[in-house]
Amino acid sequence: MNGDEEKMTVIVQTIAALLFPITLIFSFYVIMHGHLTPGGGFQGGAIGASAIVLLIVAYGVRNIEKRMKEENLSIFESLGGLIFVVVSIFGIFLATAFLANFLVGKAIFGQIPAWGEAPLNSGGVLPILNIAVGMKVIGGLSAVVMLLALITKEGER
Amino acid sequence: MSLFEIAIILLSIFMIASAIISIWFKDLLASVIALAVMSLLLSLYFYILHAPDVAIAEAGVGACLTTAILIITIKSTKRMEED
Repeated sequence: MNGDEEKMTVIVQTIAALLFPITLIFSFYVIMHGHLTPGGGFQGGAIGASAIVLLIVAYGVRNIEKRMKEENLSIFESLGGLIFVVVSIFGIFLATAFLANFLVGKAIFGQIPAWGEAPLNSGGVLPILNIAVGMKVIGGLSAVVMLLALITKEGER
Repeated sequence: MSLFEIAIILLSIFMIASAIISIWFKDLLASVIALAVMSLLLSLYFYILHAPDVAIAEAGVGACLTTAILIITIKSTKRMEED
């Protein structure tokens, strides 16, 4: 079967194409401000995965799978876990212990203020860890839903 | 009664009603939508109880991802429930 039969209606496709970039940008916002506002790596990653899942439901899994392979999503997820562990191990050598915040107080990463609102670059190593968790959650949840949709399509052939 | 208590009682009534509706329906797609409404009301409940972290996670996972997984499952099986 070709991919045209599993698309939904034109209304659903248009709304999904409109909502996809907005949802992805909101996901990046929640991940990047994870150390200042509510939310963090997992919450932003769940929002970003829901954007990809919206495309899968609206356009059919075969049309999405031509552009976005499931293996690449798994590689993306493993890259997130690797970044988390490597940054954590750097804390042993450059500072005191595992997961130590060795970047805070440096030139680009800023100083934590004693009180009041903090600027965006005041977290040290925390935004990097948030980005790693976000990569892992986006890749993992999208790969789970894509594999489920692919396996349920296998029986119809 | 303060506004806080009124909001909590109303949200609880609506959540129980949508949960009962999602069991009541024979159309499984409408049942999944009722379950998503319950999840969305639950995230609003978490926000009122001063837990915005949990509210964002509940709205992302509960209202969107599980709904998509159940809709994918319904598309590959039958839509109406048999007696």
